[in-house]
Amino acid sequence: MIIGVPKEIQPDEKRVSLVPRGVEALKKMGFEILVESKAGIHADYGNPKYEEVGAEIVTDTSELWSRSDIIVKVREPLPHEADLLKSSCTMISFFWPDKNGELLEQLSAKKATVLAMDCIPRITRAQKMDALSSMANVAGYRAVVEAAHAFPHFFTGQVTAAGKIEPAKVLIIGGGVAGLAAVGAAKGLGAVVRAFDTRKAVKEQVESLGGEFLELDFPTEDGEGGGGYAKTMSDEFVKAELKLFAEQAIDVDIIITTALIPGREAPTLITSGMVESMREGSVIIDLAAERGGNCSLTEVNNKIVHHGVTIIGYTDLPSRMAALSSRLYSTAIVHLIDEMGGVENYNIDMEDDVIRGALVLNHGNITWPPPKPRNPGPAYSVDTGPRPDDEEKKAKAPEEPTTTTKPLGKTLLKSICMIIAALAIIYIGTNMPKSFLSHFTVFVLACFVGWQVIWNVKPALHTPLMSVTNAISGIIIIGGILQITQPEINATVVLGAAAVLLAAINVTGGFLVTSRMLAMFRR
Amino acid sequence: MSHSLVTIFYIVAAVLFILSLGGLSNQETARRGNMFGIIGMLLALIAVTASDAVTSYGVLAVALFPAILIGATLARRVKMTEMPELVAILHSFVGAAAVLVGLALKLNPKSHVGLTPIEVTIHEIEVFVGVCIGSITFTGSVIAFGKLRGLISGAPMLLPARHVLNLIIVGATIWLGILFVGHSDHAMTMLLIALFLTGILGIHLVMAIGGADMPVVVSMLNSYSGWAAAAAGFMLGNDLLIIVGALVGSSGAILSLIMCRGMNRSLPSVILGGFGTGDGGGGTVITPEGEVTSIEVAQTAALLKNAKSVIIVPGYGMAVAQAQHTIAKITKKLRENNTQVIFAIHPVAGRLPGHMNVLLAEANIPYDIVMELDEMNHTFPATDVVMVIGANDIVNPSALDDPSSPIAGMPVLEVWKAKDVVVMKRSMGTGYAGVGNPLFFNENTSMLFGDAGENVDAILAQF
Repeated sequence: MIIGVPKEIQPDEKRVSLVPRGVEALKKMGFEILVESKAGIHADYGNPKYEEVGAEIVTDTSELWSRSDIIVKVREPLPHEADLLKSSCTMISFFWPDKNGELLEQLSAKKATVLAMDCIPRITRAQKMDALSSMANVAGYRAVVEAAHAFPHFFTGQVTAAGKIEPAKVLIIGGGVAGLAAVGAAKGLGAVVRAFDTRKAVKEQVESLGGEFLELDFPTEDGEGGGGYAKTMSDEFVKAELKLFAEQAIDVDIIITTALIPGREAPTLITSGMVESMREGSVIIDLAAERGGNCSLTEVNNKIVHHGVTIIGYTDLPSRMAALSSRLYSTAIVHLIDEMGGVENYNIDMEDDVIRGALVLNHGNITWPPPKPRNPGPAYSVDTGPRPDDEEKKAKAPEEPTTTTKPLGKTLLKSICMIIAALAIIYIGTNMPKSFLSHFTVFVLACFVGWQVIWNVKPALHTPLMSVTNAISGIIIIGGILQITQPEINATVVLGAAAVLLAAINVTGGFLVTSRMLAMFRR
Repeated sequence: MSHSLVTIFYIVAAVLFILSLGGLSNQETARRGNMFGIIGMLLALIAVTASDAVTSYGVLAVALFPAILIGATLARRVKMTEMPELVAILHSFVGAAAVLVGLALKLNPKSHVGLTPIEVTIHEIEVFVGVCIGSITFTGSVIAFGKLRGLISGAPMLLPARHVLNLIIVGATIWLGILFVGHSDHAMTMLLIALFLTGILGIHLVMAIGGADMPVVVSMLNSYSGWAAAAAGFMLGNDLLIIVGALVGSSGAILSLIMCRGMNRSLPSVILGGFGTGDGGGGTVITPEGEVTSIEVAQTAALLKNAKSVIIVPGYGMAVAQAQHTIAKITKKLRENNTQVIFAIHPVAGRLPGHMNVLLAEANIPYDIVMELDEMNHTFPATDVVMVIGANDIVNPSALDDPSSPIAGMPVLEVWKAKDVVVMKRSMGTGYAGVGNPLFFNENTSMLFGDAGENVDAILAQF
């Protein structure tokens, strides 16, 4: 099978979908690779580097499209590019099916199969194919670098002979992958970093990167909406949130906003009033610019200065680090193709959650949106990293049927056991003599004491526990000792003595080996 | 010594035993706990020896001194890798002692003096039950010992209709018990037949259990030995025996429960046996296919030297190869090199609860870098190198993602999330559970084939 790598033609797109290392991996799987001439030139991967790993360089664009069985791209194709696609072919790229309906229909008419990299479900297993996260990571880092470039001061605070320099204060709104990457990068440059997210779970992640997590002075409302996205918050909450941002705007030097809503306009979080309240020289980086921006003054793909505050609305941040972004994207592509079975077992497995999620067109049939295994809910949020509990929920799901069939039998069994136990207790209470009952009391109490005490034993000490219990169960020696005193040597004495012998081995052996073991445990 | 004074001694001893087990809740207090146990045992022995009921000190000395000698020698000589065997054989002694005490009591002409008829009946039942539990414990532990030693094959022996067989034995024993209590003429014969039958039951129960379930079996026999001691306490009317028996019994029960949770299996399914045959799970098992990347000693050493964080996952293979000492030396070198080294222990690694911890402690590995499953699983993604030494099933990803796998649902160490995984293994054979392991075919997994002992020595030589 032939995989084609066309040159990206959208303006300002410097990335390439496969880097030489990816070509190498795919060739190992048995694919042939065509690369359009100069496809990787802006990402520092010239034609010779591709030729070195055995890719064929094709100069003619339409030849590349017509010869390839699978086209791998970064951005969704422009209409005239889509026309070039050979009928019944497969294309893998970012696609954004929610806003590219016309393109979807155009490709549907060509009986194409399309896998959208942006639709890969965010579950743990799909992490290695999650290009959105790796691009968000790059964007978060780059946002800090762009901010540092536009910001006319140091990030880090210093006390010098020439006077004291205050550290920059950075506010990051949204604790998704991009937000967290920005927290890490800004912290690395020495700034004071604060971050906000509606989901309380993010607090720990922000703090782990050295940022301060801002909390609202608001009765508990958690923005966790499931599926890794936040839910829409109440009006009061939004009001409290905006108040917090207004207070922060006066104090901080740099604001990086990352609040994106899948399939919706980005929420306005920074008003023009807040911008005007900021110090001159401050910088706002709006990572949600493509969806209207989190700041009301943001201009898409532009840098403006308003009241001395620089507002940057670039949407091509990953592309500005084309070499790295291409490499990460290429890795995701290779993993996805691997997931589809390589050359030998190449197929579109509708049962595979990852493939099914990414598949938007199957031989011309529109398969988007995929049936939701779980409901992510109306989401107001920030792009988030994959959440391990998603996977857990999934893993638990198939078990459910078995647990729903079992309980009937189990509860029946349980109740029978309970009834028997109750009857036994009543029987013992009515029929047994006092002497037995007193021993029975001791027995039951001792069982409970044992149960309570043993649960506190550390797993690391389970072997010493066994040898100690070995030793003390040698207490049965008392039983033997009590038998050996008889008027003459008879069978009872012999048996009792044998019991003493065995039990004494237990006692000495058990205690000594335990102390030998415990002596070894040291810090 | 008067009867009341003896009782007071017993109470103090019982309290000391409880403190002894409580002391094991952490390493610092564990040694003190063991001391409490020893003092408690001495007090109990002094009390019973000094009581009016015991005067034949000659017989006592003849039985006691050789036993102390044997016990001390055993404790000094045993290798830490042989702990499971020692524990198993000591269980069998308790079982045997319970049987002997029961028989002795039955033969003791004085045992019924001053009892009301109903008390006699209860006493008879106690003797019968005590002998039966003792017998199961004894034969079961002997078989477990044989399996752990390798004298008997570790594979489960599955007789046709084995559950029916067990039920018949249990039924017959109960029937014999009823006869035993009613008819005093042939009572001794009945008791001996029951002894024999329950002995067979013990053998059969443990023979049917696969090697992978050994930790559960050993802790279950621990529990049985406790119940046997408690039963002896009932027949003698001795509260100290009852207390200790109940303590040990519940301790063993808890350990079995913890081990079962570690393998995501229910206690009944382990007791009924048959696991570890390779077809145990039913359904079709997906055999992983793919290419295995093998690695050389020099590369492994280089990988370790360049890592910032290393997690070592030991399994039974490490114990077999006696590799823990060399691993301790490698650990020391790595830590001097400012590499973070942590040991991750799965609850059922080895053949005994806590087995790995003891081996690592023996090799002087500080216990605060030895961690448990729950503490470890989230740290793997941030780890450079994971070294798996002689472990298989406890690092098998199919437990999580393949519902048809026999070990499906068992909590495992998610080593595959680390950057690099080196697996030391003799060959591509399956683990004790007989299940293929897709981990070995992962891209980030490299296999270091050969004897683990020789390989770790060679790695150490590279430092």
